[in-house]
Amino acid sequence: MSQPPDLNIDYVARLARLELTPDERRAYAAQLGGILHYLDVIKQADVSGVEPSAHPLPIHNVWREDRPQPGLTVEQALQNAPRKRDDQFVVPRVID
Amino acid sequence: MDTALIHQPLSALTGLLAERRVSSVEMMAAFIARTKAVEPRLHAFNSFDEPAALAAARASDERRTLGRILGPLDGIPIGIKDAIAVAGAPLTCSSKMLANFVSPYDATVIERLRAGGAIPWGRLNLDEFAMGSSTENSANGVTLNPWDLTRVAGGSSGGSAAAVAASQAPAALGSDTGGSIRQPAAFCGLVGVKPTYGTVSRYGLAAFASSLDQIGPLTRNVDDAALLLGVIAGHDPRDSTSLARPAPDFPVEMVARRGPWKLGVPAEYFREGLDPAVAAAVRKAIDFYSAQGGEIREVSLPVAAEYAIAAYYIIATAECSSNLARYDGIRYGHRTQNATDAIDLYARSRAEGFGDEVKRRILLGTYVLSSGYYDAYYLRAQKLRTLIRQDYLRALDGLDALVTPTTPTPAFRPGEKTADPLSMYLADIFTVGVNLAGLPAVSLPCGFTAAGLPVGLQLIGRHFEEPRLFAVARSYEQAHAWHKMRPTVASSE
Amino acid sequence: MSYEPIIGLEVHVQLATASKMFASAACGSGAPPNTLTDPVVLALPGALPVLNKAALDAVIRTGLLLGCRINPVCRWDRKNYFYPDSPKNYQISQYDQPVCLGGEVEIELPGPTPAVMGEHRRIPLTRIHLEEDVGKLTHGAGDSLIDFNRAGTPLMEIVTEPALRSPDEAFAFLTALRTLLVCAGISDCDMEKGQMRCDANISIRPVGETKLGTKVELKNLNSISYVRAGIAKEIARQLAVVAAGGALTQETRLYDGESGRSAAMRSKEMAHDYRYFPDPDLLPVHIDEAWQADLRASLPERPFDRQRRFIADLSLAYSACAVLIRDRALADFFEETVHAGTAPQAAANWTTNDLLRELTAASLPLRESKVTPAHIAGLAALVKQGVVSSSQARDVFSEMFASGETAAVVVERKGLRQSTDTTQLAAWCDAALAAHAGSVAQIRAGNPKAINSIKGAVMKLSAGKANPRLVDEILRQRLGI
Ligand SMILES: [Mg+2]
Ligand SMILES: [Zn+2]
Repeated sequence: MSQPPDLNIDYVARLARLELTPDERRAYAAQLGGILHYLDVIKQADVSGVEPSAHPLPIHNVWREDRPQPGLTVEQALQNAPRKRDDQFVVPRVID
Repeated sequence: MDTALIHQPLSALTGLLAERRVSSVEMMAAFIARTKAVEPRLHAFNSFDEPAALAAARASDERRTLGRILGPLDGIPIGIKDAIAVAGAPLTCSSKMLANFVSPYDATVIERLRAGGAIPWGRLNLDEFAMGSSTENSANGVTLNPWDLTRVAGGSSGGSAAAVAASQAPAALGSDTGGSIRQPAAFCGLVGVKPTYGTVSRYGLAAFASSLDQIGPLTRNVDDAALLLGVIAGHDPRDSTSLARPAPDFPVEMVARRGPWKLGVPAEYFREGLDPAVAAAVRKAIDFYSAQGGEIREVSLPVAAEYAIAAYYIIATAECSSNLARYDGIRYGHRTQNATDAIDLYARSRAEGFGDEVKRRILLGTYVLSSGYYDAYYLRAQKLRTLIRQDYLRALDGLDALVTPTTPTPAFRPGEKTADPLSMYLADIFTVGVNLAGLPAVSLPCGFTAAGLPVGLQLIGRHFEEPRLFAVARSYEQAHAWHKMRPTVASSE
Repeated sequence: MSYEPIIGLEVHVQLATASKMFASAACGSGAPPNTLTDPVVLALPGALPVLNKAALDAVIRTGLLLGCRINPVCRWDRKNYFYPDSPKNYQISQYDQPVCLGGEVEIELPGPTPAVMGEHRRIPLTRIHLEEDVGKLTHGAGDSLIDFNRAGTPLMEIVTEPALRSPDEAFAFLTALRTLLVCAGISDCDMEKGQMRCDANISIRPVGETKLGTKVELKNLNSISYVRAGIAKEIARQLAVVAAGGALTQETRLYDGESGRSAAMRSKEMAHDYRYFPDPDLLPVHIDEAWQADLRASLPERPFDRQRRFIADLSLAYSACAVLIRDRALADFFEETVHAGTAPQAAANWTTNDLLRELTAASLPLRESKVTPAHIAGLAALVKQGVVSSSQARDVFSEMFASGETAAVVVERKGLRQSTDTTQLAAWCDAALAAHAGSVAQIRAGNPKAINSIKGAVMKLSAGKANPRLVDEILRQRLGI
């Protein structure tokens, strides 16, 4: 199955922040092409006038009251951080 | 140590503890010994914490001595899928991304188990981030089927199913997004329950697809499933999608419902692609219900049969692409070396941390949400979701349950389907529609193939009708002995 | 050709809630780094959001104050983009079903003098939605540090139509909005603390043209005066580009308030493909009439409505109104003072001059003032009855402010009651006349103003207690003028 003309695998990988090797790029393009070809079956369905469902059950108005609860200690917050300094998470310098 | 102990269902173990014929520490030690003995062959566990389990068992024994047990499961180990957060324990989701992650908090289901005195036991293997149907997508290696070590245990809760089938735990928690409890239960000869969406809190379950995920039990029999579900179910204010209604007393309500049953058989699900042995076993189960005076009606699920898999893979991957964006190597998780900037950090950490299937689904989900494709894929899939729910509810009208096979085939061999991801997706035909519709469903053993592989029967009910489903399942179970069969890996001790 | 600027604003306002938008960790500023987090704020595996109702209430209240249509069904969407300050790498926001649609903000432009009210205009709004704030990045030489304390703070985004025409209007817009939101207790709107942040979309077009020109998004306008200056500079920059025959490019520019310059942002988020979709972890909200009515009952009078009322009903001077309506508590205090029987202008003078002066000097908030409206009413009555002079009254006020005693008690304790004892007054007058023969001579020589220095001497002798009206009478009688 060939890649649909409008699947831009590089664009999608960039959006998803996934670096792909050239081999992966080719393999995913082909596999996703095949899967999308299958998924296109839904284009045949008559969905006119149908409301979309984002959830399985039509529930609404769920909330909590504005009462703060104790959270994580700073040690817990940073316990899994790959890099930390001065009780903060460290990333390569971010430019605006 | 009595080897029979480890093969007992929860209902028997609670009795043994109550009668003081065994202590929790003895029981825990037996499961630990069993785990160590069969684990090299099965690989159901990513890890386990022996001292913590024994300490919890000792604490339970002390409570029992003081006459202060916390609940029916006090002192009993429950296996935990390694996608459910346990405070102080690793939470890897079988991903290199989380290889070193330790959760600082308990999932709500873990809190509930602890509140009832149960012992969270082990970190059970799964397909990475619960994406898969064979546990082959685990960064820690595949879990094998206790009934046939040349076959997979199923997935994504393959470790949970294998551990119970191989008597490494008397019961386990899994999670089911498109069949991930029911399918491995079917492959391993267990009862597996996907509760009504919102019955069990998702707080602390690493999300795959939020609108589809549900935690549920994998057990040796229906009574155990009702018991365990009762412990973990109920409203949780930390999960907005948790139902605001109190959970029913499943064991009590289950026995209050009696047959004969009115069952629907979806015509579309008994056509080509169905393994003959599976078809035969399921047909025989249907005949049993009929012979018991039940009413069997042919029903139709035209939209679900045609579109459920496509709608499911669009919605599930869209949600997963967003849910897994948090794994970026900044606050936790795998981080690449020497990243030059934040974009490089993200792209390489994620490329190195995620496995093949996770990347494939993230890419697919990103695509179906991206500019220009949202309406054609995601929005359309959501509309189909509405129609699919209507399909099921129409078919269920006036009936107690729908009956289908759980899977089109029995357990397959590792590598058999990995080359073609789509073929793996298509095998979810009987299970994914249930998640889209938010319905409860149970898989229970209904026989074996000639080669000795278990076959699963799926019962699907209306929302909130788990007690009725359990009752339907139980009436079959009590007339059959499939659930009492033990795999050879277990009897080789 | 002459050009006109077209300006639209996007204002982000932190809501003054105790806990976060979708997490129960506390909100706050100034806490040590990463001490206001929980599994939800840090987006740990398995954590789930739950809506803070108070935040939603705050946005609905804002919408009601601004005449918006409140959406009967609003929804939460995920805005997907990767950035290190965003823990989930998506922001929970509202895409096509925000809480509020339409509405307008009434603004007041500067008048010709501070004493004269300027023109009022109504700036139409597109929408108001609710979302969550991100963490804070601190940039070092080789890396950046992240503090997630701010992450998850409820943030209301108010978007105007491209309907503003000048930097002054933008300034007036933010001033009016801030006054309104502070007055309703919705936000503290402290721009220095980042509680209110503004981006401006600016374009120019030939006068008479109806299409919008190429728009530039100006960011980092982090004080109200930077907003005015930054927009003015950007308009000037665009006019210069066009005048030089150049073409404007659609871009995002960062304004530097210190230098007054802006620069195009370097790291452009590749295509803005945010892949919005309904957040499956959160449920829609249905906002019915009863809910709105409850919130409507909690709304304060809008500041400009109050100003109109003060001017129309109390004949108050505009300059006093302008001070009063900026501060709801002060205006309430003023009104209570009037209700306690003080003439409106006098009540306004006491509150806007004396009370504010004392509060500022003591660095006290109004709620800690020992002077109450009743105190001022009592003092104003003593002045009106001629018991104390207005200059004495100012001292009495200071005493009241310091001690919390009533005016009557202060006057008695300090013996400030004005002397109307004519024998005593006559004695002081005679003594002063005797001591100021020179002034007496000047008066007799036809300079009646010289009487003032004699009056001053009498006041001095009486330690300020002499009633000035009676002193004047006695002196004129003695001098035969
Ligand atoms: Mg981020
Ligand atoms: Zn915003």
